[in-house]
Amino acid sequence: MTNIIFSKSEFEKHLKITPEIQERITLFGTPLESINQETIEIEVFPNRPDLISLEGFMRSFKKFLGKDIGLKKYAVKKPEKDYNVIVDKSVSEIRPYISCAIIKKITINEERLKDIINLQEKLAITLGRNRKKVAIGIYPVDRIIFPITYTAKEPKEIRYQPLGSNSELSAPDILLMHPTGRKYENLLKGYNKYPILIDSSKKIISMPPIINSETTGKVEVKTKELFVECTGTDKNTVEKTLILLATSLAEMGGEICQVGVIGKEKSATPNLAPQKTKISLQNANKLLGLNLTETQISGLLAKMGHNYKNGAAEVAPYRVDILHEVDLIEDIAIAYGYNNLTPEIPNISTPGQESKESIIKRKLSEILIGMNMLEISTYHLVKQEEVENHNIKDSLELLDSKNEYKYLRQNLLTSTLRILSENKDVEYPQKLFEIGRVFNKNTQKENGIEENDNLILSIAPANATEIKKHLDYLFKMLNISYSIKELTKPGLIEGRTCAIIIDGKSIGYFGEMHPNTLRSQGIQMPVAIAEISLEEIYDSFNQK
Amino acid sequence: MEKLISSLSQIERAVIPHLNKSIEEIMIKTSLDKTTVIRALTFLENKEIVRLHQKVNKIADLGVNGVYYKKNHLPERRLLITIENHNNKTLEEIKEKADLSDNEFKAAIGVLKRKLLIDLESGRLKLTASKEECSKVFPEEIIIKRLPLPLDTLSKEDLATIQHLKSRKDIVEIVEAKEVSFVVTEKGKELEGRSINLDLIEEVTPELIKEGVKNRKFRRYDFSIKMPSIYGGKKHFVNQSVEQGKKIWLELGFKEMTGDYTVNSFWNFDALFTSQDHPVREMQDTFFIKGVIGKLPDATLVASVKRAHEDGVNGSTGWKYKWSEEESKKVLLRTHTTCLSSKTLSQLKKSQLPAKFFSVNKVFRNETIDWKHAFEFNQAEGIVIDPNANFRNLIGYLKEFASKMGYEKIRIQPSYFPYTEPSLEGSIWNEERKEWVEVLAAGIFRPEVTVPLLGTAMPVLAWGPGFDRLMTEAHKIKDLRELYKNDINYLREHKVLIK
Repeated sequence: MTNIIFSKSEFEKHLKITPEIQERITLFGTPLESINQETIEIEVFPNRPDLISLEGFMRSFKKFLGKDIGLKKYAVKKPEKDYNVIVDKSVSEIRPYISCAIIKKITINEERLKDIINLQEKLAITLGRNRKKVAIGIYPVDRIIFPITYTAKEPKEIRYQPLGSNSELSAPDILLMHPTGRKYENLLKGYNKYPILIDSSKKIISMPPIINSETTGKVEVKTKELFVECTGTDKNTVEKTLILLATSLAEMGGEICQVGVIGKEKSATPNLAPQKTKISLQNANKLLGLNLTETQISGLLAKMGHNYKNGAAEVAPYRVDILHEVDLIEDIAIAYGYNNLTPEIPNISTPGQESKESIIKRKLSEILIGMNMLEISTYHLVKQEEVENHNIKDSLELLDSKNEYKYLRQNLLTSTLRILSENKDVEYPQKLFEIGRVFNKNTQKENGIEENDNLILSIAPANATEIKKHLDYLFKMLNISYSIKELTKPGLIEGRTCAIIIDGKSIGYFGEMHPNTLRSQGIQMPVAIAEISLEEIYDSFNQK
Repeated sequence: MEKLISSLSQIERAVIPHLNKSIEEIMIKTSLDKTTVIRALTFLENKEIVRLHQKVNKIADLGVNGVYYKKNHLPERRLLITIENHNNKTLEEIKEKADLSDNEFKAAIGVLKRKLLIDLESGRLKLTASKEECSKVFPEEIIIKRLPLPLDTLSKEDLATIQHLKSRKDIVEIVEAKEVSFVVTEKGKELEGRSINLDLIEEVTPELIKEGVKNRKFRRYDFSIKMPSIYGGKKHFVNQSVEQGKKIWLELGFKEMTGDYTVNSFWNFDALFTSQDHPVREMQDTFFIKGVIGKLPDATLVASVKRAHEDGVNGSTGWKYKWSEEESKKVLLRTHTTCLSSKTLSQLKKSQLPAKFFSVNKVFRNETIDWKHAFEFNQAEGIVIDPNANFRNLIGYLKEFASKMGYEKIRIQPSYFPYTEPSLEGSIWNEERKEWVEVLAAGIFRPEVTVPLLGTAMPVLAWGPGFDRLMTEAHKIKDLRELYKNDINYLREHKVLIK
């Protein structure tokens, strides 16, 4: 989600900001975040990049208020003689798609230049996925000699003066030294050719998706005609991004002129023909729970910038979010007003049902609380040094964790010992328990991981007999009988550690922590521990 | 005064005749230990009979490791002896022979280098001092034999040695010892010469009950004194809130969904129509699990999800890109519980309709940890699958849900989620702060989600409150780290939520 800040005075050239307008902004689907003397900040959801610029926002918002409703049509001029881009097949491996437009008669002042750059950046980040999917270039037309060729060359052969630099650099140097080059070099990594745009005089005008040329690709305040291009890896998004940009520039007063794109096929971009999406009156009424007539639906769609005719809507080409009639139905609801929809609860009765596991876990904790035990709740992740110290094999590491917790926990003991250590100065006795999820590799599972709910009890100061007394009571209350068998387990005292067995299957262990282990954790009190897997206990209740 | 005398405990009565003596003398006269005498004096202070004075002395004493080293040599001595016996050997060899932990080994090398006894040259440890120098006792060794010592009696050199040992793990610790003295108050002086040995009953015993009580009085208890605390067992406060949240859903007739915390991207993203290049699917936002690759479910379902993404289903245009199976096999820690909903829908039979499901459970995001960021959260969410459900029903359910949570006023506005359309966001009116708080996210699942999962474009209403936001507010928690800190004092003192 992006927050957009408009200048309040620029905004008020279109509409005066009254309390009613403020409420309407939020009900339009662009929550009003804040407003002060100079600025007004709104949130634009990622499905509506057409609302990022003030002109784009006003284009739709005014219709929502009832002004100038229906489909917005833009006049488009056919390509003039040389306004062509020739696409060489060498780009097909790296950035195959390009869409271009020329914008004439645009007045660019300081403020507008900033707006255009801002819009270009926001689109490249959102729709363009940080220039990976789509990158955008804007140039003054008068510096370019048409036609342009879109081709790919070996990095060493590419040399030009990138924007913001005072000398010519080779492509490898641009990626190494230029700030924008460094930022996006990963997008060209691994390719032996880089894409470039060259004009008829063989001048390189840019190297997408990195940077324009300083000599031919710098838009300034006095520029009157713009060449706009979008290149990328996804045809649909490249075309849509260009449309968003071109129509926003047209809203600023420019005239859109097509550019011929000549590759395997020949086309003229941008194509501003509206998209037709079917919409059924019945579906709309059923989904919204309303009883609207066709005329009403037509009127509501017009407020959202669509023309309705015979079961279909004509959708403006800049609306990239309309994939299905449900998207139009939401538009109808927005135009109708979310605040005008009366809530209704259907009269269907279904019984509530807690899961078996939840019931058992809840009962277990009731029994343990009855034994004066305090529940702790720890992270599902553990630290690197904990995995090392506890000698855990087959550990499950996370990719690029941003914090010190980098592994999925495989037992509850690790985190319990951490908590005991952190609380070593707190009044004893400390009787703790936790019920929590643990993770272990298992290639048989759909997700490659076996998950179990475990229960851990820890008492300090206590010996193994003490913890066994607690287990005896717990299992007696659950009406489950268990047996024990001596067990050697690192970290626990031999001869005071046992496996806990139900129906011949070992489900866990109890025992006394070895003083050396306690010392290495900074724990100064004797600790007795029991950790059991709850899966067998769940099963035994499922059978009952 | 009579009342006061009748409330004197046995130990107080034992001490009172000796109030003109020192604590040590009282101990001898009464044969009580120091703790008991001081407790008696504290009781008497409560009754304003004496006034206590405390002086705090700082004492250096051995820590856990210190006690061990006193018996078994300091690590630097063990290391030095090892090097003397095995000069010019590699770090690994020496470490193994000296039998020291990583930390001990590192610290010991540092100490010996500083004392100019050894040197490290190209990975080998060498002696640089004579035998005599090596056999000299270190000041650290002397001091650990002498401890405990009051800090204010130590020389500058001793203090420096203590300071050095304190910087290492649990060798030396500074403990505070209290020295107590007292004076008798005016009121206390009045007690002098009075008979305090009344025939009072101290305790009710089985014998006493048998015999019965006639014409005797019980010693009065003084409840104003500070008593030792007891702590009960208790549910962790986060889980108390989870229980409370679950109760609301159960009362509204929802069935609980459970499932794994780690899932394939397929269930978490693809089945929910989240395009494969969506930023949420990057490592910066989501915890993927290294080296674990999942299996895809039923081929028909996979093909249908693929079609929904590439060309669309049910009249949708789809996202128009090439969908990759590999991407959807990546295993992650679920970023929302909606993956439980997608799985539940795929298993639902027509005969079970209409159906309602919920879950209140953990979700994860790759985040740093600070007061307002956490990598684990609780999320609550419910779905209603009903062929006749509509958007006004969704608002109806939301209103009912909010009212169950205790909020009567709710406000709704348009919103966006990749897998619902129409979508909305609900705010509740916070009466205390007099403002709207956005806590409810809701929508109807898109046909691109329901057609592959249910086989038909049936309305599925979905919503969830920002669970942790409501919980931290209820528990008045400002720092998210408090949630899983497990400070036992905090857990013991934290009040039980009654809601």
